Amino acid sequence: MNSVRAIFRFLGRLEGFAIAMVLLVLYFVLAIAAPAVFTRPLIYISFLETVPPTLIAALGLTLVITAGEIDLSFPAVVSLSGFALSWGWKTFDPAYGAWIGILLALTAGALVGYINGLMVARIGVPSIMATLAANFFWYGISILLAGGLQVTLKGSQNNFVHELFVGRLFGTVPLQAFWSLALAVLLWFLLNRHKFGEGIMFIGDNANVARVMGVNVETTRIKLFTLHGTIAAFSGIIVTLDIGVFYPDQGNFLLPAMASVFIGGTSIAGGSGSIFGTVFGAYIIGSLAAGVVATTISGYWVQVVEGGVMAAVVVLNAATGKGDLASLFSRFRHRSTQVGANGQELVQKDDRASR
Amino acid sequence: MVNIEKCFGLVRALTKIKLEVGRNEIVGLIGDNGAGKSTIVKILTGVFPPTSGELYIAGRKVDFRRYNVQSAHAHGIETVYQDRSLGEKQVLWRNFFIGREIVNWLGFIDVKKEKAIANEIMLKTIGFRGKGITVDSNVSQLSGGERQGIAIGRAMHFEADVIILDEPTVALSLKEVAKVLNFVHKIKEGGKASIYISHSIPDVYEVSDRFVVLDRGEIGASIPKKDISLKELDAFLLDFAHGRKDKAQT
Repeated sequence: MNSVRAIFRFLGRLEGFAIAMVLLVLYFVLAIAAPAVFTRPLIYISFLETVPPTLIAALGLTLVITAGEIDLSFPAVVSLSGFALSWGWKTFDPAYGAWIGILLALTAGALVGYINGLMVARIGVPSIMATLAANFFWYGISILLAGGLQVTLKGSQNNFVHELFVGRLFGTVPLQAFWSLALAVLLWFLLNRHKFGEGIMFIGDNANVARVMGVNVETTRIKLFTLHGTIAAFSGIIVTLDIGVFYPDQGNFLLPAMASVFIGGTSIAGGSGSIFGTVFGAYIIGSLAAGVVATTISGYWVQVVEGGVMAAVVVLNAATGKGDLASLFSRFRHRSTQVGANGQELVQKDDRASR
Repeated sequence: MVNIEKCFGLVRALTKIKLEVGRNEIVGLIGDNGAGKSTIVKILTGVFPPTSGELYIAGRKVDFRRYNVQSAHAHGIETVYQDRSLGEKQVLWRNFFIGREIVNWLGFIDVKKEKAIANEIMLKTIGFRGKGITVDSNVSQLSGGERQGIAIGRAMHFEADVIILDEPTVALSLKEVAKVLNFVHKIKEGGKASIYISHSIPDVYEVSDRFVVLDRGEIGASIPKKDISLKELDAFLLDFAHGRKDKAQT
């Protein structure tokens, strides 16, 4: 019994473990409800292709939300960066034009993010307003530049850049899944093991504490928005390369990305963020629509189920108090002994009092 | 500090402040709300510069253009605030090192080393024993007194010459206050200096060597402890509040 508990304690401490279990249960249910689709690998491979753009943007957003801020402008960046890539692609020789396009795209994303950061950190505009305005503005710029039209990446299928970012590993696994996971690992280290990430957590927790303890709050915020702009641009690059076409509306996943972050257990209040929670959260969000359709329930039910699952998970997150499903496990453990249950309650009361 | 002045827009928060803290001296800074105590603290600790005036640390003049929280730390000035010292949702070991992490050349944190040092501070400097509080505990699990203990312990670990305590006992129970005062005594024993700010005159009286009374942005009085009893100090302050005391008396 004790060893079982020890295992649970260890697993519960793993970041995103609980939400990964939710994803597993979801796939399990779907495999029963729609065995024709969910017992075959094809659907999962398709998820590995469709989820990464949302996931990449959501990973950056996790950092932003951990800092107690929000960035609503990334859909415009996904669009703008896609345009930049397609412009480089068609303007220059495809052999190096793709690289010029990528460079332009990342620069554009960083620039938009930097301007967001300036507005938020230097001028003091609340990030929700600054980035909402930025989203309209830069989306408009993207449409203007593209003349409202889509741009096809000619010969993209045989291009090295295409193979590198969105090709198939061993002919099956979409490489964008690998890149998004690599980004997740990188950002996990940045958030949890780097002084920049520690600054982000303290700022999200209490910016005054961060300031008097010597964290450069302004600079950190500007860097953070710049980073998210760059990450969103990377997401745009993946989308455009994967489809082989740039279209102005390609960044239309603001809400799914935000849902991924919150389902993953990152608190809207800031102070702590779960990178791997976001990874599994994005796959939950990305799997629901296809899953519901596959069960042959009427397509009208898709959003109902999506909303229901999201609500259920965030309610669980809130109920466990720490905004993290992992603590649910610890609660069950505590319930098993009277003393433990009391201890847990005390901690919670203390939590609320301190808020 | 010599002739420190600070204006916020048209409001002059501090006027010709001259404040000295001797080696191993505990100065009690007393004053009403809005007297400018916190402004003094923020200037001393590099959160913002004064409008005019000079600051000398160990006899050397400070260049305010290059003075910030980090350089204040480097000069051995540490601060413990009422409620702004610790990140509540963060684990203890991060709170010990926030703003001055032990990092490699890429800026990544040496978690093992930070935890080991944090653990040592908790056991030796602060004297936490058991009770289920470890360096991996969240600050939110700690009582108010324990939090201040962590903040003071952190200041002592980083070899502060002057530890500024800005109302560290507000919202604490009596028992917890005693703990904090005990920490202040440890500062004195450790040969360090301190500026102790509080509204609780008995607390200030107990730990301080000298009292500085701040009144509407000016230094009203500076009285050594040996010259005044707690009762007299209380009466003196009350007179001050009623504006009956002539400032020339100081």
